[in-house]
Amino acid sequence: MTEAILSVENLSLRYRVPGGAVHVLRDVRLAIRPGEVLGIAGESGCGKSTLAAAMIDLTGANAERTSGAIRLRGEDILHLSADDRRRLRGAEVAMVFQDPMTAFSPVLTIGAQLVDFQFNRTGASRRDKWQAACGMLARVGISDPDHAMRRFPHEFSGGMRQRAAIAAALLMRPAVLIADEPTTALDVTMEAQIIHLLRELQADYGCAIVIVTHHLGVIAELCDRVAVMYAGQVVEEAPVDDLYHDPRHPYTQALLACDPARIEERSGRLPAIGGRLPDLRTPPPGCAFAPRCSKATARCLTDAPPRVVLGPDRSALCHEVAP
Amino acid sequence: MPSAGRKTVLRALLRDPMAALGLGLVTLFVAMALFAPWIAPADPIRLNVVEKFQPPSLAHLAGTDQLGRDLLSRIIYGARTALSIAITAVGLAGLAGLVLGMIAGFGPRWLDGLLVLLFDSLSSLPMIMFALAVITVMGPGTGTLILVVVLVSIPAYARLIRAQTLALAGADFIVAERAMGASGARILLRHMLPNVVGPLVILLSMDIPVVIMLEAGLSYLNLGVRPPTPSWGNILYDGYTSLRAAPYMVMIAGLPLVLSTLGFTFLGEGLRDALDPRLQGRGAR
Amino acid sequence: MLRYAIKRIALAVVILVTVMLAMYAMVFLVPGDPASLALGPRATPELKALLRERMGLDEPILWQVWHFFRSALTGDLGYDVWSKRPVLDQILEFFPNTLILGVAALGWALALGIALGAAAVVWRDTWADRLLGVVSVGLISVPAFVVAIYAILIFAVWLRWLPAIGAGTPGDPASQIRALILPAFALGVGWVGYLARLVRASLLEVMGENHIRTARAFGLPETRVVLRYGLRVAIIPTIALLAVGLGSILSSAVFVETVFGRPGIGTLITGAVQKRNYPVVMGTVLFMTAFYLFIVTAADLLIARLDPRVRDAFRR
Repeated sequence: MTEAILSVENLSLRYRVPGGAVHVLRDVRLAIRPGEVLGIAGESGCGKSTLAAAMIDLTGANAERTSGAIRLRGEDILHLSADDRRRLRGAEVAMVFQDPMTAFSPVLTIGAQLVDFQFNRTGASRRDKWQAACGMLARVGISDPDHAMRRFPHEFSGGMRQRAAIAAALLMRPAVLIADEPTTALDVTMEAQIIHLLRELQADYGCAIVIVTHHLGVIAELCDRVAVMYAGQVVEEAPVDDLYHDPRHPYTQALLACDPARIEERSGRLPAIGGRLPDLRTPPPGCAFAPRCSKATARCLTDAPPRVVLGPDRSALCHEVAP
Repeated sequence: MPSAGRKTVLRALLRDPMAALGLGLVTLFVAMALFAPWIAPADPIRLNVVEKFQPPSLAHLAGTDQLGRDLLSRIIYGARTALSIAITAVGLAGLAGLVLGMIAGFGPRWLDGLLVLLFDSLSSLPMIMFALAVITVMGPGTGTLILVVVLVSIPAYARLIRAQTLALAGADFIVAERAMGASGARILLRHMLPNVVGPLVILLSMDIPVVIMLEAGLSYLNLGVRPPTPSWGNILYDGYTSLRAAPYMVMIAGLPLVLSTLGFTFLGEGLRDALDPRLQGRGAR
Repeated sequence: MLRYAIKRIALAVVILVTVMLAMYAMVFLVPGDPASLALGPRATPELKALLRERMGLDEPILWQVWHFFRSALTGDLGYDVWSKRPVLDQILEFFPNTLILGVAALGWALALGIALGAAAVVWRDTWADRLLGVVSVGLISVPAFVVAIYAILIFAVWLRWLPAIGAGTPGDPASQIRALILPAFALGVGWVGYLARLVRASLLEVMGENHIRTARAFGLPETRVVLRYGLRVAIIPTIALLAVGLGSILSSAVFVETVFGRPGIGTLITGAVQKRNYPVVMGTVLFMTAFYLFIVTAADLLIARLDPRVRDAFRR
């Protein structure tokens, strides 16, 4: 097994809110290996976007890490100075955001922003950066990149903007690319194109990609491995085929059982499962999924579930799973 | 709406150093205004030409003016003028705004439309131009000054009250009250009034420094309080005319104005933050 | 947008007419007639009658109102019996001075206000931010004419760097600029605080937008994110509000102009108020109200255009 490029170790993180704190990430453990594509799946509110933000050190001012580490090539980035962490962003870990409509500044040209985004590339002139940006726009399939560089974001279509956002993320050849719901704001045709593009780019540049999505279809098409999140925890982690064919955690089973993607390819959004998400201001002592789980027993409500190792790359957080 | 107890408000004010400073300054000026006859070392309007233009000394802590009047006494009585005008004017305007705003928010639609147009017209007049027009017609004086402030301030207060009344009119407890057959007047007095007064008081307190400035400015132009009644504005004017002969006059006369407007502004901001953060951004101007 | 524009312009016209009517009503509701008030108690009846005739006060009220409206529409704001000149001529002679003062005051206040507002956001939630907040409130609450008097005392009387009064010698730009510095300083001080607060609030709002997060995700330094990405967007509403600022700064210039004895609308109208010179006061108030309404309406339309929903279509 290769050494992880980016790893999240026992990370717990909470947001301070009036009258308390919301424990959004609870003891999250996740490793991203060089060149792999990892999917992070879960319902909205499960903490997957916070996890993505934490990986690139972009959690808001009211976020507070209570324990754990985020290691880039083995070094805990949270121990670096603010300036050093800033220099890692974009260069080592880059991000593509959900909404391409608002991801770019409306008052600067695409070119100006793409040049700006290479701020931490030392030893390159403005001209070099401009050329690099131009080349990358061409690479992601934007025709006439010279012209496109001088346009404002609102003159681009949604798909073009997301292509530009991907180009921006690859500008500094990061080791890890994090894509937070990269296709959610796009229509189905666009989505297919962007997925195709990501797969191509991954083959070309060999960077690791983390896809955060609530869309299981995207994960099935793109990912090597999946981590399923629920209530701030990774409840199951598995190679993508194993997970789809033999889900072990009851939550994963519930997700897949009512996933229309298994019946009708590729339009599967996560369906609603009966019951409600737990209130993370006061996380339950036992398994967070227990109240909604059909297999729950008495201990599920009182004891924290163990992480059961199910294979070299598989684990689940459950009392009722047998190794 | 939860109403914070008086003690909690005071504690919140004292925790914020600027609000505490404001409270201190305001208390100082209010005390000056209330106890002027006992504090003031001399009669503020008694002339003593022999002692004119005396720089600050033990006999006259702030010196004397061009007519030999004790400057400190004039400033202390000036606090009385400034505060009584500001409080009367803002109070009357608040009352009028309260009544008109509730009528607009609760009354028939045509009346609402008419009143809103009236508020819009009044508030789109440049305040000082409007003040000057009224003074031309009515003649300068304390009454005119108060009238101007009332007319100019009504729109902002009435708008606030109207919006609150409208918002409340849809609230469940009001609808229930109506369904049980309560009269309009009863609803207005028993339920609306206590709920709309809080924000209004904050807005009123924030307008006091604006009125103090206006009074002083107009009195400076000799279009406000008539001499010999002491006003910070006409004291400043006296100082300005003797700028070269007695620069201390201007230096001293400007201080109460600066300190009182600062004090009231800081206190107003502190009150707003302590009582109703939603009003943030509704500062002076 | 067009519907809104028409409504907004119509409202401005209605307001202007209401103001004219209200002013006229006021003159007639108040006891005593303008002519005797203007001339004082010792004027002879003949003199009063003459003045009344000159001012057109001997005609029926409705006729006067009609006459006033008709001439105001054609730009005739009446005739000043004292200086024996049309009111509009005097206004147009003085207005440029006031406009220059207002623009200069707002200009430096804007530059400094933006800088302070941006600085407060760069250092947000630190002592520097709180200090800037206190300073802004302080600046807002200090009356401009007090600043004006202190400025004269310090820079004109003690240091003798700049002239205390006047607007400089006509035809000598250097002296005119020197004479502009202190009044523009005094008039702008309050606006520095106001604009700093406004820019801070607007900028903080923009800093929550997605494109700011993108810029941060690429490791741009916070200062650059604030200045290049935040400020460019945050400044749009501020610039539109400036128009409103210009409208109100021109009328508050009255005090500053008087302190500096600077010819302008302020000195024109205060002189007229003290003499109870009705035509000049009414004409000036009407002119300034119209100007203010024009600017405020234009600004409202501009803001509507730059509304976030259409902001995407905004070009440099």
